[in-house]
Amino acid sequence: MDNKILHSVTAIFHTPDDIINAAKAVVKEGYKKFDVHTPYPVHGMDQAMKLKRSPLGYFAFVLGVLGATLGLLLMYWTMTIDYPLNIGGKPTFPLPAFIPVTFEITVLLASVATVVAMIVIFFKFPNNSHPLHDTEYMKRVSSDKYGVTIEAADPNFDLEKVKAFLAKLGGTNVEPIYFDNDEINAKRTLLEPKFLTGLAVISVLVIAITYFTLNKLMFLEPFNWMMNQQKITAMEVTTFFDDGFSMRPPIEGTVARGFKPYPYKDSVDLASRFLVNPMEFSTENLENGKRKYNTFCSPCHDYHGNGVARLNGQFPNPPSLHTDKVREWTDGHLYHIITVGQNTMPSYDKQLTQDEKWQVILYVRALQRALNAQEGDLQ
Amino acid sequence: MSNDNIVLYERKPLPAKLPLIGWSLLLIGVALTVLAFSIDNVRASYNLIIVLMMVFSVGFGSLFLIALEHIVGADWSVPFRRLTEIIAAVLFATPLIALPLFLNLNEVFSWLNPVVMDSDKYIKNKSPYLNESFFVIRNIVVFLFMFLFYFLLVGRSLKQDKTGKADTKKWSTKISAIFLPIFAILITVVAMDWLMSLEPKWFSTIFGVYYFAGSVLAALAVLTFIAITLAENGYLSKYLTEDHYYNFGALMFAFTNFWAYIAFSQFMLIWYANIPDETMWYMQRGGEGWMTVSLGLIFIRFLFPYLALVTRPSKSNPFRLKIIAVWVFIAHYYDLYWVIMPEYTKKTELHAPVYSWFEFTVPILVLGVLIVVFSLVAGKKNLMPIGDPKFRKGMEFHL
Repeated sequence: MDNKILHSVTAIFHTPDDIINAAKAVVKEGYKKFDVHTPYPVHGMDQAMKLKRSPLGYFAFVLGVLGATLGLLLMYWTMTIDYPLNIGGKPTFPLPAFIPVTFEITVLLASVATVVAMIVIFFKFPNNSHPLHDTEYMKRVSSDKYGVTIEAADPNFDLEKVKAFLAKLGGTNVEPIYFDNDEINAKRTLLEPKFLTGLAVISVLVIAITYFTLNKLMFLEPFNWMMNQQKITAMEVTTFFDDGFSMRPPIEGTVARGFKPYPYKDSVDLASRFLVNPMEFSTENLENGKRKYNTFCSPCHDYHGNGVARLNGQFPNPPSLHTDKVREWTDGHLYHIITVGQNTMPSYDKQLTQDEKWQVILYVRALQRALNAQEGDLQ
Repeated sequence: MSNDNIVLYERKPLPAKLPLIGWSLLLIGVALTVLAFSIDNVRASYNLIIVLMMVFSVGFGSLFLIALEHIVGADWSVPFRRLTEIIAAVLFATPLIALPLFLNLNEVFSWLNPVVMDSDKYIKNKSPYLNESFFVIRNIVVFLFMFLFYFLLVGRSLKQDKTGKADTKKWSTKISAIFLPIFAILITVVAMDWLMSLEPKWFSTIFGVYYFAGSVLAALAVLTFIAITLAENGYLSKYLTEDHYYNFGALMFAFTNFWAYIAFSQFMLIWYANIPDETMWYMQRGGEGWMTVSLGLIFIRFLFPYLALVTRPSKSNPFRLKIIAVWVFIAHYYDLYWVIMPEYTKKTELHAPVYSWFEFTVPILVLGVLIVVFSLVAGKKNLMPIGDPKFRKGMEFHL
């Protein structure tokens, strides 16, 4: 018992007014190293204790400015220098769009800095113990009482004098607090190997559980007898067939329904001589032809076929569809070009069915007629 | 101060020269305004709108502060509530200021011109709201509501000095609860009618909040300046401490940030969407000449007050607070100038900021109105609500 080191003397007070007056009296008596504990912030305590300004504001300010700078620089580098993107015609350094993000980063860094600085400065990181922990005094002042602690480290400290002084102020339960021998000998700090090992184990566990939850648990089916059936799905490797393909090729010589072979692939002349448009001039055919024309042809040929269209400049412009040459081509000639392609124009065989090609040709004819109307057309 | 026998406040009559200063400023202002109207009544009208909007800000903002105190049950502001009530009386000057404008509506609001009205389908769609008769009617309704709530909120508080009735608190809280939503609608109507409709085609749904943020700042600035000046010269209680002033600083700081938040939200959404009907308002203010004024607004209205108020001592130091209050009030004038005058230069095709004696009548007139109304209304009243049961608690306020 005798080798215990004295930390402080504590006293309990019962009303907020008492604690304010006690704090003022302690300051007046000349004690520097003392503290006040209250269950909630008591108004006027700062002045009563004559507290100096907290340095935390500077950390918040410096880190806040740093956050603003770094946030802006990050966005500037990614958006303006490294990978400039045109977003809605905005400049590549769109400052107004950056401000909300900059604001968030500023607030984030400033608040994190404040908390970290508080832990380092006031909790004396990596220390994690304090003689007042687990005392009757701390239990009382953290629930319904107010307390004053005068530390032994104060130059004016004298155990008996302080006890008498606190009792005179009206404090009850005046008692000395000693350093805990175990804590001093064990040097319990946050850098202790046992603690760090525990921290590492917990970290690994948390990571593992998180991984398991997010990647495994969330993808477990509640029931699986419909999901997992004895069947072969498309594109699956199989051992059933020798070649390993689950999808079978059609039998040689199979023809799809409605498919007509195109025998004139190599010859425009034959196509223009033998092919006749099977579609008749009807509203339905023209409407469908117009729809297909506007989808597949108009990007280059323009909606009216004059050849200056939305993709103007990205490819060589196609010639106008309204020249005499094109007008005099037969339907078969046009059909051949749509099917096989010509110069830069690719084949549209896969995009359009045979009927649709003929409907498009009808529509092109209508366009040509519209720009080159004959007198009789008006009637 | 725990001793109940201490007399917290004793009335000391305001200096006799105060009304004198006020009346002379007011007379100069009125004379200059009359002169301005006779020379160029369009320009004078636009400047008179600034005067109207500033006086309105101070009065309506003060009424808001009173209601806020009642509804949140604040203690710290009770000692200053009488001052706020006196300042709120400038609302009674607003119809007088608005009168020349009502006689001159055609010079100011382009939507009264049928040619403009028919030129654009967006403006035409607004015609059920933007027409002369409805404009006049709803503004009269706004004035009537203002006066009604002024009497409801302030009347009992004045009587309380003699009776000391405690049930006034309950009554005021109820009235405040009714008043605040109506206040939100009224201030939006005012902002839309007198500021937004100068550019009838423009759309912005946040504009009412923008004017509200500025209004509360202006009211706070006037209150802070008057309270600290009076307290320093011994017209208020000698027991006031810096802790009482701290909340002026904190509220001004908060509303400075709120104003910046609202102003930036309005700007960024319009800038991002890039729709001509919305960007036109900013294009007018971003053109040559006005761009400098627009950039200045960021510094004058937000950055300087922000940095000036960010530390704790400057929120409670009376000297610094007085300077900041003056700055914030000037910034409010700057803000309204920036909102209103570009529309004048657009109308007259000057397209550059103008400032001459026309514009300088605005601060003279505003100061004149504020001082005259304050000295008239303060009159023989107590400057602190001595009958309020919470007065002593408010005086004992500590941070």
